[in-house]
Amino acid sequence: MSECLLKAEHIQISFGNVHALKDVSLEIVPGEIHCLAGENGCGKSTLIKIISGVHQRNGGTIEFDRKKLEKITPIDAINMGIQVIYQDFSLFPNLTVAENLALNSELASGKKTISWKNVRKIAEEAIKKINMDIDLDEKVSRLSVAQKQMVAISRALMFNAKLIIMDEPTTALTKKEVDALFKIILKLKEQGIAILFISHKLNEVFEISDRFTIFRNGEMVATGSTGELDDKKFTYYMTGREFADKTFIPEKVTDTPIFELRNLSLEGSFENISLSLRGGEILGITGLLDSGRTELALSMFGLKPATSGEIIRNGKPVKITNPREAIASKIGYVPEDRLSEGLFLQRSIGDNIIISEIDSLKKKNGQFDLKKRDEEVDRWVKEFEIKTKNPENPATTLSGGNQQRIVLAKWLACNPDVLILNGPTVGVDIGSKHDIHAILQRLAQKGLGVIIISDDLPEVIQNCSRLLVIKEGSIVAEYDTQQVKEQMIIDAMM
Amino acid sequence: MNKKLKSTFKSNEIYIFLIIIALGILVQIRSGQFFTGNNMVDLLSAMIVPGMFAVAEFLAIIAGGIDVSFPALASLSAYASTRILLDQNYDGNVILAFVIAMAIGALLGAVNGFLIGYLNLNAMIVTLGTSSVFQGFMQGALRAKQLSVIPSGMKEFGTNSFITATNKTNNLTSILPYTFIILLIVCAVMFFILRYTIFGRGIYAIGGNPVSAHTVGFNVKRTKFFMYIIIGMIAAAGGICRVCMMQQMHPTNMLGMEMNIIAGVVLGGVALTGGAGTLIGCILGTFLIILVQNSMILLGVPTTWSNVFVGIVIVVGVALSAYQSIRTEKTKKKLVKEAA
Amino acid sequence: MDRVKSFYSKNREVSRLIIIMIAWLVFMLLTQAGKFFTGANFLTMAGQFPEYGLMALGGMLCMMTGGIDLSVVGTANMTTIISVYVMNWIFGVDGTMPAGFSVVIFLIAVLTGCVVGAFNGFLISELKVPPILATLGVNQLITGLCIVITGGSAVSSFPKQFCDIFSSNLFGVIPVRVIVFILVAVIIWFMLERSTYGTKLRLYGSSAHVAEFSGINTKKLVFKTYMTSSVCASIGGLMMLSTYASARADYGSNYTMQSILLIVLGGVSPNGGKGRLSGVVAAIILLKFIESGINRFRSVSTYYVTLIWGAVLILALVIDYFSARPKKVKVK
Repeated sequence: MSECLLKAEHIQISFGNVHALKDVSLEIVPGEIHCLAGENGCGKSTLIKIISGVHQRNGGTIEFDRKKLEKITPIDAINMGIQVIYQDFSLFPNLTVAENLALNSELASGKKTISWKNVRKIAEEAIKKINMDIDLDEKVSRLSVAQKQMVAISRALMFNAKLIIMDEPTTALTKKEVDALFKIILKLKEQGIAILFISHKLNEVFEISDRFTIFRNGEMVATGSTGELDDKKFTYYMTGREFADKTFIPEKVTDTPIFELRNLSLEGSFENISLSLRGGEILGITGLLDSGRTELALSMFGLKPATSGEIIRNGKPVKITNPREAIASKIGYVPEDRLSEGLFLQRSIGDNIIISEIDSLKKKNGQFDLKKRDEEVDRWVKEFEIKTKNPENPATTLSGGNQQRIVLAKWLACNPDVLILNGPTVGVDIGSKHDIHAILQRLAQKGLGVIIISDDLPEVIQNCSRLLVIKEGSIVAEYDTQQVKEQMIIDAMM
Repeated sequence: MNKKLKSTFKSNEIYIFLIIIALGILVQIRSGQFFTGNNMVDLLSAMIVPGMFAVAEFLAIIAGGIDVSFPALASLSAYASTRILLDQNYDGNVILAFVIAMAIGALLGAVNGFLIGYLNLNAMIVTLGTSSVFQGFMQGALRAKQLSVIPSGMKEFGTNSFITATNKTNNLTSILPYTFIILLIVCAVMFFILRYTIFGRGIYAIGGNPVSAHTVGFNVKRTKFFMYIIIGMIAAAGGICRVCMMQQMHPTNMLGMEMNIIAGVVLGGVALTGGAGTLIGCILGTFLIILVQNSMILLGVPTTWSNVFVGIVIVVGVALSAYQSIRTEKTKKKLVKEAA
Repeated sequence: MDRVKSFYSKNREVSRLIIIMIAWLVFMLLTQAGKFFTGANFLTMAGQFPEYGLMALGGMLCMMTGGIDLSVVGTANMTTIISVYVMNWIFGVDGTMPAGFSVVIFLIAVLTGCVVGAFNGFLISELKVPPILATLGVNQLITGLCIVITGGSAVSSFPKQFCDIFSSNLFGVIPVRVIVFILVAVIIWFMLERSTYGTKLRLYGSSAHVAEFSGINTKKLVFKTYMTSSVCASIGGLMMLSTYASARADYGSNYTMQSILLIVLGGVSPNGGKGRLSGVVAAIILLKFIESGINRFRSVSTYYVTLIWGAVLILALVIDYFSARPKKVKVK
């Protein structure tokens, strides 16, 4: 193996009594694409922060570009050629593309004033490096996620970066955009720039990276070339557990559909969607990010009322124009973004669980039945094994998996007949992901009708009995998951 | 060029400008007195102090904060400096009054800046508190009463005419005092700072994304601190201008102006969430409110209705811009869809 | 001792205010015991705080949603003016009003509050106008209407029997105003702690978006909140009417800031989601003690009250900053 660009060895760091990183090492050679994977809280972001100078390590050595590094600040790291692109891109939405690109170097120059000519020159050079075609005078807030990412990448390249660290860069991108991003990454690789790619999506790791390193609980558990890795090993390294994946086969299915859509349309998003769901069944809906799948979910739950078509429950048409009507029709919805749509992060676990069923927790005189509330909270905490000492603690104190269980509990507390889940395991670690799948399968066996909307193909294939593919606002294919191959679905989606 | 024209028509400023013109034409039709020299001069003169306050408030809002303490701050600085000059029997140039007031204003602004910038406390609550403190200090510790005599230098500065306009039909003469130049200077200096200095871009950057502003290398705390000092200085200068123009110092009659100023700034398209808005919009929004307040008589509406109309302008104005932002959000989504 | 500690950690805002209050009372005991600790003084204080205290109670709910109500004073004055005109219309300027008619006046006040509050609620929930601007504009508008109705001057001739009710004492010792204040406070306590509204309100305040996704009827919630606030303000207005024995468009103009100060001092976060009735009530009482105490000192200008109010607010913030901060920094 050639000379290392980055050689971090025996890195340790602790916060208070918590050893966030116990003894981890990471080696990156110039021009390689290295994938760093691990579950939430495994320490991968902490390591990035150490490398980029945000945190100071307690022990271990770091060598970058053959120089030993002692204490470094973020500015030092940037000057040496280390650039981090965070998930939020750290851009200024209210400033123009040009200014976002040039602000760093204008600041670094130490001048007190700004020359707009200079800003433009810097920005033009920056976008030339990745051949990006973009209006420099556009405000960043008006760009798409992919465009913002490109701006962040071109900004990173302006500092003669030798190592670019990308923190889960594909999260909010469409397939097309991911392909475009990968092309750029490969181009950077040709120029000799090393990329540290952080991801927990297996297929991406295989597709793009040369080598991988996996962390678990602050320790390095595996490193090697991607060729040696397979599905099973990857999961095992990530979680330390082996999972016997149970494919879902519905047992008791109701004779008649409990939930149907007839020619449901939402202007500009989807058209003439018809589907039917029986109790005890898990129906999957998959499609690309902009296929209309999220809008369909929102329409079924009344958050974006459909402009035409019918929603039918147990054979009778129902009117669903807001979430309350959906709840009244015994439909529950686990939203796409747990943090901004599913949970009141600052509020207690208990309040989060009972909020949607709150109107049924009243005494006869209309008073809030506090005893019943506490009973409900205890019941769901127990039922879903939510790991907390006190359900009155805020939801932020929980891990992603436990938080998702709260959201599930919230809806199940309303006794729904139909549960719609949009990306139920996004950002949930693999262990909890399997647990959540098990819960969903168990619920379906008890007779609940479940709809899972997800672009995680293994997830839908494993957990759903039937699968619909939505493309550009229409359903283009329907499969029996027992017989479908992943590639067939991808072909239908694209 | 076409693109530029398009983006101009998308901006909030052009709408405010058109509304101002429309209102002007309406008043002109009703009274024939709108586009007369003396009315123009009257309007500009009414704009001087609110204009300066608006620029100060604009800074605070752009950085994602808010300032409700500036009327108290301006009153205290203007009162203290006028008193100092009176006690010294000073009869020289007005510049000293500005220097003293702005120094006091800077000091008081630094209190805000320290609490908001360095301790990272909520700007609304802090300025609410300091507003109380400033007012209490002025009336309690300084025992502020109305000063009906002000130093001669200030008096001259407030009465000497920069532009005089006489209306030929009714022989009314209006003068635009030199304080107007102070407003122009404040606007010009702030325009330069906001547009061409790292400090000014820092204010926008902090309003847009405070966390990134820090990681990019702005000293967020220090920027906020100095910004509130500047706000204090502008407000104090506004206070002195007001004293000069009124020919007396009344300690409490500036209090309560903050809400209309905030409304004017927001009408001009400055987002309360920070980061978005232009100095021109801020001035236009404030001017719209001044225009409504001052055109009542010309429209033949009794002055008692003035508050009602200002209220309507605020309610309708903010409702329209709120509605517009909901709509652009929708069309934006559609556009993205079509592009994909 | 442990009990005291756990009370403190659970009720930081209230405890802090109680500590300041005790310190102040001790100070008054040492310096002005004879003048401050008299029945008459407590009675006076009790008669004064409900006016703006009521505005603070209602405004608290708005702030718990992350909003603010700047229209309280306008609403109060609107109520007084409408009430006075109704009384004069029915009984004549110099007429006498039967005490029973007060109930009608009270209903008129509630109705006025509902209308103003509904308008605020409409602007905020339907048109998505930021609350600070919506209520500011509405305040301007209704104050303007008051000026138009009254021509800007005070209306002081009307059947004064009405004033007597709010200035009288029940059993000769308990001011009627305090009883009204306590009643309203109990109703609001019930809404917050014993009905589902309180939970919904706090959750909505911490994230309106998630509340929408959870099926809370957010529009209804906002309407209800702003209507409650305006009704509280209206009742406060009736008390102002009996204090001043006249109605005017711009009475009590400093009550807006005063009530917000009280709410914030009581531990309600302007970002929403957090706050308790006990904190705000403690703040209301504390500030009355301070104000009244200062007034006992002949040599001290009453204007110092404003200064001390502001100083107490900033002090509370700074104490919070230094007592809460160190822990957080380490975790990071």
